[in-house]
Amino acid sequence: MSVKEIRVPGDEQQFLQLKSGDRVLITGTLYTARDAAHKRMIETLEAGGELPISLDGQVIYYVGPTPAKPGRVIGSAGPTTSGRMDKYTPRLLELGLKGMIGKGRRNQDVRDAIVKHKAVYFAAVGGAAALIARSIKSSEVIAYEDLGTEAIHRLQVEKFPAIVVNDAYGGDLYEQGERQYRIDES
Amino acid sequence: MREVSYQQIVSAVKDMCIQANYNLGDDTLKAFREALKQEESETGKDVLNQLIENAQIASSEQVPMCQDTGMAVFIVELGQDCHITGGSLYDAINQGIREGYGDGYLRQSVVKDPLDRKNTGDNTPGVVHIELVEGDRCTIHMAAKGFGSENMSRLQMLKPADGLEGVKQFILETVKLAGPNACPPMVVGVGIGGTFEKAAYLAKKSLFREVGERNPRPDLAELEQDLIEQINKLGIGPQGMGGRTTALDVHIETFATHIAGLPVAVNINCHATRHKTAVL
Repeated sequence: MSVKEIRVPGDEQQFLQLKSGDRVLITGTLYTARDAAHKRMIETLEAGGELPISLDGQVIYYVGPTPAKPGRVIGSAGPTTSGRMDKYTPRLLELGLKGMIGKGRRNQDVRDAIVKHKAVYFAAVGGAAALIARSIKSSEVIAYEDLGTEAIHRLQVEKFPAIVVNDAYGGDLYEQGERQYRIDES
Repeated sequence: MREVSYQQIVSAVKDMCIQANYNLGDDTLKAFREALKQEESETGKDVLNQLIENAQIASSEQVPMCQDTGMAVFIVELGQDCHITGGSLYDAINQGIREGYGDGYLRQSVVKDPLDRKNTGDNTPGVVHIELVEGDRCTIHMAAKGFGSENMSRLQMLKPADGLEGVKQFILETVKLAGPNACPPMVVGVGIGGTFEKAAYLAKKSLFREVGERNPRPDLAELEQDLIEQINKLGIGPQGMGGRTTALDVHIETFATHIAGLPVAVNINCHATRHKTAVL
């Protein structure tokens, strides 16, 4: 199966060539954020404040890693369930966010916003956290340090393995995959 | 009366917390390899290969296989002729969790209060179920329960008239709703009967079984087999991306129930089925 390599952050053109089902290796910079960081970002925006990071062309990875063992860059770092971020995601896509990496289904609002803003939702393999950590070359906390594992980290990644679930054209791998392999009883 | 000390329990619990998170059981690895033979989807095969490689890395580098190192759940079979000395059993288990999750570089994923949500910082408290049994041993079963799959678990009080068909339908519906969110291929734990909380406990308890181990009652073993087949026809596949491997196993436990009731609980486990046992 062919694998596409992309660099992030990236321009719209790069995300537009990705289709649901594509296997992708991601190189560049990712930001981490999960429940608590999303809540704080949205509260900041609602209060008229500015976000600690620019989202333009960026990709957010939904992850709360384990503590790094001595001498390591990061602990185990697989994706968390994305649906918990659904409430916050459309607003971040409006601000230029181009991609999210997590696992599990997105709601209709998020899927619509992905199409509208020409973005992409990737899944990494849930539970493959030790394998995924190998593609993370550096990690530093850049905001919300008090949130511990949920703080926003900047990650440098090389060939981070992911699969396109929702593309900018409305494709959805979870729906397509299930339909293709379902055996109906009759 | 035989004695087991506080410190023995602390050490055993600490060790189980670390080992469960670093070393995936042979039962699950075997199930991955079996699944790989059956899987038709290329993406599905790729996912299964990644899971096997991930387990090997976690074990050889002694790091957690998943970043969600779970809430620690225990079933303690305490012999009625076993005397615990030097402190409380609950305190000993929590101290073991504290040391295991700390020294093992495992994630602290527990908040003290479900509403104000401040992290306890040491992954305590664990969820502890105690069963009093005959004998003088203290057997501790530990599971690191991730919440991606825990969140997709469900319970329903069915009507007796819903019968076996109703039970099957509820299980299949729960697996469908869980889909990719529960990190398939999953292990499906089912509790049928008892009361509201008993059904939930049975479902959880069934997840402590080895993957591939059937219920000793032939009719329930057959039902487990039947459900595995039906679930694997749903097409959800590894990580929900389509394929033949949606469930690695189905475990069913039952208990007597009321003439008016048919409780069914479905507790889902992701593919990282992390459980260990210590006999003290």
